[in-house]
Amino acid sequence: MTRAAPALAALVVLVGGAACCGSGSGPALRVSAASSLTAALTEIADAYERETGVHVVLDSAGSQTLATRIVEGAPVHVFASADADPVDAVVASGLARGPGEVFAANTLAIAVPLGNPAGIRSLADFARSGASLGLCARQVPCGRAARRALDRAGVDASVDTEELDVRALVTKVEAGELDAAVVYRSDIVGARGHLGHVAIADDDNVRVQHVIVALRGGGAEADAFVDFVRSPRAARILRTVGFDVS
Amino acid sequence: MTRRPPAFVVALGVVAAGLLVLPLVALAQRAPWRDLGAILASGPVLDALWLSLATATAAAAVCVVLGVPLAWVLARMRGRGATVARALVALPMVLPPVVGGAALLFALGRRGVVGDWLADQFGIVLVFSPAAVVLAQAFVAMPFLVLSVEAALRSVDPRYEDAAATLGAGRWVTFVRVTLPMVLPSLATGAVLAWARALGEFGATITFAGNLRGRTQTMPLAVFLALEHDREAAIALSLLLIAVAFVVLVALRDRWLLTSGRH
Repeated sequence: MTRAAPALAALVVLVGGAACCGSGSGPALRVSAASSLTAALTEIADAYERETGVHVVLDSAGSQTLATRIVEGAPVHVFASADADPVDAVVASGLARGPGEVFAANTLAIAVPLGNPAGIRSLADFARSGASLGLCARQVPCGRAARRALDRAGVDASVDTEELDVRALVTKVEAGELDAAVVYRSDIVGARGHLGHVAIADDDNVRVQHVIVALRGGGAEADAFVDFVRSPRAARILRTVGFDVS
Repeated sequence: MTRRPPAFVVALGVVAAGLLVLPLVALAQRAPWRDLGAILASGPVLDALWLSLATATAAAAVCVVLGVPLAWVLARMRGRGATVARALVALPMVLPPVVGGAALLFALGRRGVVGDWLADQFGIVLVFSPAAVVLAQAFVAMPFLVLSVEAALRSVDPRYEDAAATLGAGRWVTFVRVTLPMVLPSLATGAVLAWARALGEFGATITFAGNLRGRTQTMPLAVFLALEHDREAAIALSLLLIAVAFVVLVALRDRWLLTSGRH
């Protein structure tokens, strides 16, 4: 690994450099956001840009994928993760400027296509064989949370697909390919009327805390963005798209 | 002998080989050789490997059965129409596979143009099934076979076919007995390329077929998921995939391409 590392780093810089310079001037703040957080963070980044003039470049993928890239040396300044585990991995590898900070919370809900064609009513329907059902893979945060909720509800789920991230799952429900999927509540609110919503009973539901961390490469600029994401201004944006902010 | 290429060509060739091989060497360097057996003998890995081999082989078969007729038609087309048709056939090679998968969903998904009808008339739902994996793989792999066979068909000297026709052979007999044997090496190459492309398919598969162990989770999907939480397992899986493909490619090349491909 030691000999390959410099070459890899050079490649990442080259590719990253090629990707960065399409728009704007001056150095950009590079933010990696979990796919469940992308829409909200895009709005927050826009507000931040208007206020400070700092150009923010967002990239989005599953939290674990992003954490892997960061640990491998991707030039990222801020990391926003769907839950704490991927951030812990980044902190443990010494790449963070401090511990991760919770900036919003989410609960789970069942997303269904408009009109709920399969008549899904609760988590118990995930044991049904007739309907086309999806979850996130257990390796990603939304999949971990969904399985905790199914366990609590005592449901032995039989699903048709375990998607690699929550956006892919939501897209398949929107397209009508899935009759139901367990996603974050904010995904359904964020879909702005393109998805139906079936609530999960409070006793079964799981609360997920979204965590943000400034990374070594980002310096004080990264801290400033993290502070902004935790500010009342960002909290308003987060609440309008279905996140809980205390 | 002047058959050896000039030095700068050799140098560039070495750079190209380095670009192709270096990442694989780096992968091998990080491999958990000691635990390799234990990782690879696990149930999910064997499920994914078996599914990958079965679906890629089925996809290659689909490519041959449908791709050879398409190549035949393309090879006999002339003019602007032929150029456009050839470009259309090659498009899946440049289309990002994820987009290809989405396009397959629009066409063959439950709410797709054809998929809706299939579900209504026959109760066939392709999405999230092993058949969807094969279709996704065939979609991305077909151009490799078609372009390879079509180029060979166009280079066949028409006098052979004329001679067969003069001797009373019909179009089908001429094609099967005269033309096809002459393009067999290209057909084999195309089929092997299509198989290899199908084996490594990721984007169209995850988009159109989803991901479920034992049903639609092929090796590339298993590798991607392993990469998320268990790097060593991901590398071990990749090495297994590479090794299997390498053995098959070498074996096929010896048997088919080298012996029958040289004149």
